Amino acid sequence: MIFINQVLQGVLLGGYYALIACGLSFMFGVMGVINLAHGSLAVVSAYALYVLADRFGVQPFIGLCVVAPLMALVGWALQRLVLERSARGGLLAPVLSTFGLSIILDNLLFQGFGADTRSLAPYIGDLSYDSWALTDQIAIGKLAALTMAVAIVLLGGVQIFLNRTLIGRAIRATAEDPDTVGLVGVNARRVNAVAAAIALATVAIAGAFLGMRATFDPYAGATQLIFAFEASVIGGAGSLWGTLAGGIVLGVAQSLGALVNPQGFFIAGHIAFFAVLFARLFLGRFGERVRIAVGGAIRT
Amino acid sequence: MTLLQVDRLEARHGQLKAVRGVSLTIESGETVALIGANGAGKTTLLRTIAGAHRIAAGRVAFKGEDISSRSPHARAALGLALVPEGRRLFARLTVEENLQLARSAGRTGAWTLEAVMDAFPNLKDRRRALAGTLSGGEQQATAIGRALMMNPELLLLDEVSLGLSPLVVDRLYARLEALKSSGVAMLLVEQDLNRAMATASRAICMLEGAVAIEGPTGSLSREQVTEAYFGLNKSPRAEAPSP
Repeated sequence: MIFINQVLQGVLLGGYYALIACGLSFMFGVMGVINLAHGSLAVVSAYALYVLADRFGVQPFIGLCVVAPLMALVGWALQRLVLERSARGGLLAPVLSTFGLSIILDNLLFQGFGADTRSLAPYIGDLSYDSWALTDQIAIGKLAALTMAVAIVLLGGVQIFLNRTLIGRAIRATAEDPDTVGLVGVNARRVNAVAAAIALATVAIAGAFLGMRATFDPYAGATQLIFAFEASVIGGAGSLWGTLAGGIVLGVAQSLGALVNPQGFFIAGHIAFFAVLFARLFLGRFGERVRIAVGGAIRT
Repeated sequence: MTLLQVDRLEARHGQLKAVRGVSLTIESGETVALIGANGAGKTTLLRTIAGAHRIAAGRVAFKGEDISSRSPHARAALGLALVPEGRRLFARLTVEENLQLARSAGRTGAWTLEAVMDAFPNLKDRRRALAGTLSGGEQQATAIGRALMMNPELLLLDEVSLGLSPLVVDRLYARLEALKSSGVAMLLVEQDLNRAMATASRAICMLEGAVAIEGPTGSLSREQVTEAYFGLNKSPRAEAPSP
């Protein structure tokens, strides 16, 4: 029974990881941009919601109506001022500049808010601790269920947007061949800025859930970045449905690891990440060998 | 009406002057062949007209408007479409998505998805296939279809027959013949001299980045074109590359 419960809770935790990975996976898998400030930006959103709730009494879900568009603007500026310029400096420059940005953001938050941990949980009433009891031993947290539902809707929505809309297709085409899209009438600069804005709007939503489900402090971004990266790599770059699966794999691995040993939570997640990575490397090469062998057999 | 006017256009690849002071005009609805040996500067000229290559000097006007400093997507919105050398399809998008992407140019007209499918029936069964999995002929049809979806007034076609079997090229040129009657002007780069001369009403022959000869295809003899093509009656150039 405990085992079933751990898997169930792991799946729900995976919903959170998928949510935090959405923006990263979108930028990394679709646009080909590695944004190391991703975690810090999620924490910035959480602080913005905290300020709205603490000072102005705005409930976090309503606060998102302000913070998500604001983060979209941040995304637009990030693309125009940082990513677009640094991309001219080669592949490594955007990685370094977003890493620098994350350091600036973390330390500005520390300056402004100090080392105290904060949480959005006090501002969402009983949603933060209420649950549905399935059996005597298994209960599903309402917030965890909501997180999962939002993750599914958000990742699915972004995937459908990319596949079905003109601007979504333009985003994919621009990532593939930025020089040619202009010839078919696509304004590549505008498309990339729109894409970054969408990515950061999803980061705002992730930041809200980060703040509601636990506590955060100015340096909480790095851990969120790692989980987001692991979820998107396990899921496979470019597929947002894959990211949802990747988040769930990570969440289940972590909660089963915790079952083995209380210290096993993080390590099991990292092991799952490496296992998938190596399996993909090995199977990729193995698959290649099979193709070559079969191809050779057909030719001779 | 003069559709495209190119004045003393220059374009470079680093130190190399690929296009040296080319002037040409194209009237609405006209089909012009651009011929010349490899390295004569045809592709660079086309890319510079479309905005994909930077202008070093000179000027390009389209429908009377100076577009020299316009971005490629702004030129596409005005009705200038390039079918680039090597097709340049988006391999990870489906055929249909490649075609529909051209709606970004914001030009509506007779060329819709269905019209392109009717013009290139070989794409009908492949509309949901990724462009990266297409055969050469299908890729070229998609590339031309994508340009047509922009409902252009001038279509720049760069070596559309490259790498295709003779049968597929025949079919392609039959489509281009049909296009001529639709009123779209075409500037056509073609290696096959006979085909170029048969399709176009006027020919421009380039040599070493400059126009060597031009005139109506009917008035140019094969000898004249061959001489211009290879630069047979020219004294060797003593010009040093200017920095």
